[in-house]
Amino acid sequence: MNGQGLGQIIVYAVVLIALSYPLGIYMAKIYTADRLPLGSLERGFLRLVGNAREQSWRSYGTSVLIFSVPFFVLLYVLQRVQAHLFLNPDNLANVPSHISLNTAASFVTNTNWQYYGGEYTMSYLSQMAGLAVQNFVSAAVGMAVLAAVVRGLARRSRGELGNFWQDLYRSCVYILLPLAVVLTVILVSQGVVQTFHGHATATTLEGAQQTIARGPAASQIAIKQLGTNGGGFYNSNSSVPFENPTGLSNFFEMLAILLIPAGQVFMFGRMVGARRHATMVFAAMFVMFAIGVAVALPAEQHGSQVLRNSGVNITEGGGQSGGNMSDKEVRDGIANTSLWAVATTNASNGSVAGGHDAFTAYGGAVPIVNMFTGEVIFGGVGSGLYGMFFYIVIAVFVAGLMVGRTPEWLGKKIEAREIKLAAIGALFVPSMVLFLTALAITTKGGLASIYNVGVHGFSETLYAYDSQGNNNGSAFAGYGATNFSANFGAIAMLLGRFVPLLAALALGGSLAAKRAVPESAGTFRTDGGTFAVLLVGVIALTAGLMIFPALTLGPIVEGLMH
Amino acid sequence: MWRDLRGAVVAIVILTLAFGFAYPAVMTGFAQVAFKDKANGSLIIRNGKVIGSQLAGQEFESARYFHERPSATSPAYNAGATTFANLGPTNPDLAKNVTAAAAAILKLERPYNPGLKIGDIPVDAVTTSGSGIDPDISPAYASLQSRRVAAVRHLPLDAVQKLIDRNTDGRSLGFLGEPGVNVLKLNVALDRESS
Repeated sequence: MNGQGLGQIIVYAVVLIALSYPLGIYMAKIYTADRLPLGSLERGFLRLVGNAREQSWRSYGTSVLIFSVPFFVLLYVLQRVQAHLFLNPDNLANVPSHISLNTAASFVTNTNWQYYGGEYTMSYLSQMAGLAVQNFVSAAVGMAVLAAVVRGLARRSRGELGNFWQDLYRSCVYILLPLAVVLTVILVSQGVVQTFHGHATATTLEGAQQTIARGPAASQIAIKQLGTNGGGFYNSNSSVPFENPTGLSNFFEMLAILLIPAGQVFMFGRMVGARRHATMVFAAMFVMFAIGVAVALPAEQHGSQVLRNSGVNITEGGGQSGGNMSDKEVRDGIANTSLWAVATTNASNGSVAGGHDAFTAYGGAVPIVNMFTGEVIFGGVGSGLYGMFFYIVIAVFVAGLMVGRTPEWLGKKIEAREIKLAAIGALFVPSMVLFLTALAITTKGGLASIYNVGVHGFSETLYAYDSQGNNNGSAFAGYGATNFSANFGAIAMLLGRFVPLLAALALGGSLAAKRAVPESAGTFRTDGGTFAVLLVGVIALTAGLMIFPALTLGPIVEGLMH
Repeated sequence: MWRDLRGAVVAIVILTLAFGFAYPAVMTGFAQVAFKDKANGSLIIRNGKVIGSQLAGQEFESARYFHERPSATSPAYNAGATTFANLGPTNPDLAKNVTAAAAAILKLERPYNPGLKIGDIPVDAVTTSGSGIDPDISPAYASLQSRRVAAVRHLPLDAVQKLIDRNTDGRSLGFLGEPGVNVLKLNVALDRESS
């Protein structure tokens, strides 16, 4: 690895911190302000929806579900009838039912798993009015829930967490939309397509016909990056030059993956008045991000045994990136594609700049582990930080056991109910992922999806349920769509989204109702380095130990084989 | 409950109109005015005909042209159905494909470059790209092909090298991404130089 690649990664990290901090302050204002500019539009929206009251966690959670179910139905129906509707210049057929079901679940849950190929499956109408709308609102749902939970932490002796519809509206209009507009402009300036014309046909220099798919892509890519969605306009996602044409577009698309999740950590610190604590949470996340890069990047630069044994030159320098260039693009090279893979699985984004299936054994293990933590390393918009809250509760509980005191967090006593909710939030999804992987690897229906032979086929299966269960959406993309994989995938995505989401709301509601307890000499301090270390340790001990046996069956065996 | 459902449906209609129609329409309007060519696919037009896009590789088999990286789409370089190859790092097919691609390159280039060894071939020349339509090859792979193209076209080697340099996209802002040689633009420039 040379200094050039490392330099790009350092610049990325610095710019991420520099931009996410002010964004965090801004977001804290958005969620706490009584009135905002253009407030009459907001009041109009709330009047039409007919609910502007403060809500308990149950009421808030009910609103989330009532909002998500009809959207799910709409998205399913839209795909099933797209052939008969407008904005379908390439005359694409209706999407098959199992793919529509999986995709509807995928986008409503902010996952964006792709069992479809964007440019040849989805009409422009389905992409714009179906998928891209979900890119906004599924992200906004996660952000709203986080805002509610954080309010719960900040409040004392109250039952309410805010109003879902207001949080949803503000997330969309004041945070996602302006950022998406700016990013769209940047992307179009770099060459990302944005048109309502259908595909172009070229006669190549050697006389062949080439189909060039186009569409309103930039506006969708901007929000799929910002909202940790990740579903590509094209099948090969952001490795496609029409989605990600230059080094600059690549930089901003990568930045957009972690920008809002990183900013939300600072937002949390402001809203609860515990900035040093938030900084420690940020530090813990950053360390885990850096560890991922430190494993994946050298693994990809070192390349696979197959490439090393082939005799071709895989050494970086002399006018090439070298390393494992399988399913990677020249303009992105090793450093950027590896960094992207780490960032996209830290978050619940799931967009990719290269094929993860072709990553080296250890390079591909990093995304698997990242996702398995529940995507709490910055994580999905909203869902990342509320997922981290579960681990924080467990960490202060463990610390409480060690010093023999009732654990406290942000001046509130953590009792049996909170521990139970945190345990559900932290352990439900990983358990489900392992169960579904086992099911898929021991049944004919599950095995049919595997593309690569040998242990890599197991890794594909693990990746598929890990990714869908944690609402990531990236894939070892050889793993194929069957009725079995599409339907169990849809179940994984729905449970993986809504179980932790409701657990987080319940946790917020429970903490909101508590009185503040004065800090004493025996209180475990959550604003120091010890806490950050403990937090990383707790994640390693829970998610890390749960994934380790499965990891040894897949990537580790594969890594040892050569 | 029913009141809430009615509210949800209203919200869905409003949000779909705003983000599903107004937002992409306004963005498309902007793009079509401010960056018309790019927004429509960076198409390259020669003699009034679309011959490809700056952002999509295409098939080159003739010795007169620089060749692209391998592609996993079907047919190859299909910019209407992009895909990875998805071959895992231990997949025997990966070894087979890489060996075959290297052998084909040696066979093609050696008549013009007798000393060429397999160790001179950069890895991007024998691996599929992520999209299947990577428009670029590494500068190393372009240099490797330059002797052949110069010989077939009866051009001086340094003239070909100059064209390579001119069609190399450097890193954005000098440090973001990796340099790549745009094969289609390079071949179009070659045709202009010597038809």
